[in-house]
Amino acid sequence: MTESEQLTSGAAQSSQEDEVEALRSGPPLPPPGTAIIEVRDIGKSYGSVIALREVTTTVNAGEVTCVLGDNGAGKSTFIKILAGAHAHSDGEFLVDGEKRRFSSPREALALGIATVYQDLAVVPLMPVWRNFFLGSEITKGWGPFRRLDIAKMKAITKSELAAMGIDLRDVEQPIGTLSGGERQCVAIARAVYFGARVLILDEPTAALGVRQSGVVLKYVAKARDRGLGVIFISHNPHHAWPVGDRFMLLRRGRSMGNFPKAEMTLDELVQMMAGGAELEQLSHELARQLPDSEVARELESDVAESHRGSETPAQSDETDEVSESSRP
Amino acid sequence: MTTTTAPPPTAGPEPERDERVGQHARLGAILRRPEVGALVAALLIFFYFAFSTTAFAQPSGASTWIFTSSSFAIMAVAVGLLMIGGEFDLSAGAMTGTTGLITGIMMTHWQINVWVSVVTSLVVALAIGFLNGFLVMKTGVPSFIVTLGTFFVLRGVNLAVVKQIINQVSVVDFQSAPGFEAGNKLFGSFVRWDLGWLPWVSLPNSKNLTIYAATWWAIGFVILATWILQRTRAGNWIFAVGGAQQSSRQVGVPVFRTKIGLFMTTAFAGWIVGMLSLFKSTTAQSTTGIGAEFIYIICAVVGGCLLTGGYGSAIGAALGALIYGMVGQGIVYAGWDSDWLYAVLGVMLLGAVMVNNWVKTRAERVR
Repeated sequence: MTESEQLTSGAAQSSQEDEVEALRSGPPLPPPGTAIIEVRDIGKSYGSVIALREVTTTVNAGEVTCVLGDNGAGKSTFIKILAGAHAHSDGEFLVDGEKRRFSSPREALALGIATVYQDLAVVPLMPVWRNFFLGSEITKGWGPFRRLDIAKMKAITKSELAAMGIDLRDVEQPIGTLSGGERQCVAIARAVYFGARVLILDEPTAALGVRQSGVVLKYVAKARDRGLGVIFISHNPHHAWPVGDRFMLLRRGRSMGNFPKAEMTLDELVQMMAGGAELEQLSHELARQLPDSEVARELESDVAESHRGSETPAQSDETDEVSESSRP
Repeated sequence: MTTTTAPPPTAGPEPERDERVGQHARLGAILRRPEVGALVAALLIFFYFAFSTTAFAQPSGASTWIFTSSSFAIMAVAVGLLMIGGEFDLSAGAMTGTTGLITGIMMTHWQINVWVSVVTSLVVALAIGFLNGFLVMKTGVPSFIVTLGTFFVLRGVNLAVVKQIINQVSVVDFQSAPGFEAGNKLFGSFVRWDLGWLPWVSLPNSKNLTIYAATWWAIGFVILATWILQRTRAGNWIFAVGGAQQSSRQVGVPVFRTKIGLFMTTAFAGWIVGMLSLFKSTTAQSTTGIGAEFIYIICAVVGGCLLTGGYGSAIGAALGALIYGMVGQGIVYAGWDSDWLYAVLGVMLLGAVMVNNWVKTRAERVR
């Protein structure tokens, strides 16, 4: 973690850190590597429907835990439990080593667990600075003259975004005018500013193009380097791999395992996610029905490739590049 | 220690202007304000009637439309706030009748103290407002439907219960009720200014400008609403719950409280207007305010409030009410059939909605 310490010890950065520290509402950040969240055999059922069962993982400070899974795998249920939107029905959920059971998102927030939802929880017609402070506005004055401290909020928005490397022309512009990646970054910057210790990112790259995804991944890495624990939810292993330290795979509401990065390769990850056997069958079916189709041929080569294991130079080159840039 | 190559963040007490924001962007920002369209329209309508009719700009002629505009402005501002918060209140019109009837009957029929009567109708109004908000938030039924229900209930109660108690459908002889004078100071009084020195005053009997209490209440209400919307946390929340309710909830905005507050504000405004109309006209009828609920919405929309919520202004809604008052009286002074008013309102509503949508699309687009 020496690189990250270097990064945060810049002169401009440290004054920023002080300000953030002063406004933090939750408990302080533990040293990097300490577990902030631990879940053990956690499960959730809605009536007779079991949405999630026996999921175990940890989120450490200064590390990124990736939750991977296809649509309907139980990712949203899992983050809803962590974010406090739903209470779990089985297993243990520990924050800082203490058993917890959230009944509202506010409780999670109070412990520094902040969620950046897919819809980003922004109000498109409102200016960037009003969105940044929405729900936690800074006020001055007293009694009936208590009013928004607009100048201060604008200045903080501008400088916080600049600290994350986002240079906006005008914080007064409606947030709806920003690009998808920029909005995502504003949402991340907001969570970081308001004292998040654990950042839950729900499919942050799902709706973005390649370049924008890269930008968002950079901010994920930046949040990690600030010492935050990050939970990165995705269905795209190529996005998760470069920033992740730990991978937890979900399929049909069950955990397929919880692996540190050192224990697996990207290709194993891809294959596990797709469910190797299923993918193979799909490719056979397609080849039978549409023998000449491009899709079928591609799928077949994909399956063959993943069988070969870790020897896919083209892919690993590409991802190395991203991970290089994300770890300055 | 590493040094950053990026320019230092511009964090001063004075927000600096980015060089990429040109001077003309400032003008653009003013033109993008929601109330600008209504201001231009109000000026055009004023000058049109001022020059095409003799009575419109005379002090005594203006007194009429200033009064009408004022009481509609109070409601339009409240309904405008509610619309910015993403909801409707169709019971707002009937509410002005209900509150007037409660206070009127208590004072004339039961001879109850004026302030007790006034406060009783306020409490009832706030309770109905709370109920509106509570039903909308708890059931998830659109406020259009919930308040349509409340509207019909109030309309029925205004007739049936009032007939039951006083055997007629309107409060009469209100000015001789004990305590009328005291209440009248607050709600029905007026000041009269001699504006005979104005160059265009041609008739000697039209030189007096009469400003009723309603106008002061309206001005106060507009200032208060604008302050709340632009400068307080509550205002921020109103824009947020109207713009994106789910997102607001996720970032910790008290959506329930904000919306209930808005419905109660509308009910409060209904109470003020009920009192103003009761003390000024010294009567309250079972049909008072019925049909006005749509006028309030039209005023707010003409003033730049989006029907879908999240955008608008209190000043704009008040300007919308001013336009309504001026057109209503201007048509009379111009000698047209007064029923043309509704046709004009319809056209204005459609025009305003289109302009608002255009403004909204522009606001959401990258500049």
